[in-house]
Amino acid sequence: MGYALNFNLIWRHFDRLWGGLILSLELAVLAIGIGVVIGLVLAIAHVSGGRLTRAAIGAYVEVIRNVPLILLVYLVFYGLPQAVDIAYDATTSFVATLSLYAGAYLVEVFRSGLAAVPAGLIDAGKAIGLTPWQRLIHVRLPTMLRITLPALSNTFVSLFKDTSIASVIAVPELTYGAQWINTNTFRIVEVYLIVTGMYLVTGYAILLGLRAIERRFSIGR
Amino acid sequence: METSSSIPKPAPLLQIAGVKKQYGSVPVLRGVDLNVRRGQVVTILGPSGSGKTTLLRCVNFLEVYDGGSVQIDGQEVGYRDVVQKKFRSERDLARIRAETGMVFQMFNLFPHLTAAENVMLGLTKVRGKSKGEARDLASHWLGRVGLGDKLDRLPSQLSGGQQQRVGIARAVAMGPKILLLDEITSALDPELVGEVLDVVLDLADEGMTMLVVTHEIAFAREVSSEIVFMADGVIDTQGPPEDLFEGARGSERFRAFLSRFETHHRRR
Amino acid sequence: MLSAILYAIPFLGAGLAVTLLVSLLTVSLSLVIGGLMGVALVYGPAPLRWVIRGFSDVVRGIPILVLIFFVYYGLPVAGLNLQPFSAAVLALTVFKCAQVIENVRGAIGSIPRGQMDAGKAIGLTFPARLVYVIAPQAVRRFLPPWINGVTDAVKGSALVSLLGVTDLMHSIQQVIGRTYEALPLYVLGAVFYFVINYTLSMLSRRLELRYSYIRD
Repeated sequence: MGYALNFNLIWRHFDRLWGGLILSLELAVLAIGIGVVIGLVLAIAHVSGGRLTRAAIGAYVEVIRNVPLILLVYLVFYGLPQAVDIAYDATTSFVATLSLYAGAYLVEVFRSGLAAVPAGLIDAGKAIGLTPWQRLIHVRLPTMLRITLPALSNTFVSLFKDTSIASVIAVPELTYGAQWINTNTFRIVEVYLIVTGMYLVTGYAILLGLRAIERRFSIGR
Repeated sequence: METSSSIPKPAPLLQIAGVKKQYGSVPVLRGVDLNVRRGQVVTILGPSGSGKTTLLRCVNFLEVYDGGSVQIDGQEVGYRDVVQKKFRSERDLARIRAETGMVFQMFNLFPHLTAAENVMLGLTKVRGKSKGEARDLASHWLGRVGLGDKLDRLPSQLSGGQQQRVGIARAVAMGPKILLLDEITSALDPELVGEVLDVVLDLADEGMTMLVVTHEIAFAREVSSEIVFMADGVIDTQGPPEDLFEGARGSERFRAFLSRFETHHRRR
Repeated sequence: MLSAILYAIPFLGAGLAVTLLVSLLTVSLSLVIGGLMGVALVYGPAPLRWVIRGFSDVVRGIPILVLIFFVYYGLPVAGLNLQPFSAAVLALTVFKCAQVIENVRGAIGSIPRGQMDAGKAIGLTFPARLVYVIAPQAVRRFLPPWINGVTDAVKGSALVSLLGVTDLMHSIQQVIGRTYEALPLYVLGAVFYFVINYTLSMLSRRLELRYSYIRD
């Protein structure tokens, strides 16, 4: 084999990895932020809307979930500008794509979360005279958010891992940095060991952090 | 005066002696002695945490007891060497368990099998019967518990009371020496309890040896030859139902326990 | 646009065949290997369980693209020189194995404890309990989520195009390179993937309903 591990070259270019990690996190945060908005709006629309609305939302969800993310990324980045007079850079394009992707998964999360709100709570809201809209805002949504916190945490960690796809359109996140170092130093094993570690540690840290927040909010439903 | 000792009594079917068990540092059974003779129905009552279900599960070694001995017809249940705490092999243990039947609080029917197949599984795989013989036996016992027309239903298609009766048929069809009933009506809707208890009463009338754990006091009075009251991991009071209920014998603890049920009735 | 699509169809067809082949290999290999690992995780000795646990946690904790690159670029270092196709299948299989392990663990773990008790009570030995009580229930609990997960293998297979494997994704890129009609071709590709995966997820949902009697 004759391959001697040499991490020095990695440390020399570590800023690409560190910067990449930060960018990955930023992309994930943006995606989940926008995705939550999309998911909430569509979940409410689904619950209160008619057959056509539900079918349209269902189609959106099914398409996004069954098509590879990389294809969606290419479609938005390369395909869309052909049809629509739009120009954006790779990062913006990726954020848009990942947000749509997140939105599709979150619609399902929020829909089942809303359905899981105990009927008794809604009845209590009716009993004290709240209008349907007030019940939605003051009873159902807050309860649903508490119920869906674990699923949200998992989605966020998933999105964080999905940001690695951005590397295919040259967005300088963590995986792109790893590939750069790989092709420029040939230190394959070292760079991928480190990057694996970075994804694992970051993912775990995110989960722990979100679990702590969950506990703060779960006042025993 | 005639002494019953002139006619030697056969050894008890089930002999529980000094059984101890702890979960970690918490003692659940702190030395229990109990004998059950052939044909007897012994009912164990007690508050939660008294160890009654644990004791029952020690009889077929679903729980491993740490001290003491449990013997069925002279055979130690879980250990081939009690003193040295050497466990029996899976084969031996399975053989001994086949001689006991258990009916569970949560029914535990095999959901992928029909009622008849549930009863037939033990008959074919453990008793070695042919499919035809097993089917006949299953048909017989399911008929006996009132489910003759439900042979090919899946558990998901049966009510709680029906599922529990299948559970009884499954246990009895194996021809066990003793039947262990673990709070078999606790998970049932009140109106379904009666049909299950009727089956048990029939079995008792026919001489089935049973060790029962239950909350149903009235049922306990009717079916039992002996009542055992457990508290804190030991037997507190023991005796025939007439003595303990009508005769108002028994410790303070027992009376207090019973009174909780009495007041409940009275309120209704 | 129509001419581009017509031109593309034979190429995409070839690419689709490769995608299906990669997916099929990945799914079958991971089912066998991952299945065994999953059973070992539930019933095996402690050290083995730790190793499998570790493997599953690490593989599921990293992006699949990282796994693919790691395997593809790393194997030659270890002395193993594989074709891109084989390296791709290997990486995807490793990825899917971790999922299968979780599917198996979930399936067996969701069976109520009382089932083993009931099996013991009628005098079945441990092997008999596994065969007649646990396995039939575990399989029915395993199938719907597993079939659903097969869609991940199909979607993941799109990444092997980055290694130069001539799958559907790769052939789309090639045709776009020649015709410049990016949008219609990406949409066409999306349709292909959609049809495959949607069918699979519908099958999974159907099975879930069919086997609902296994859950109380």
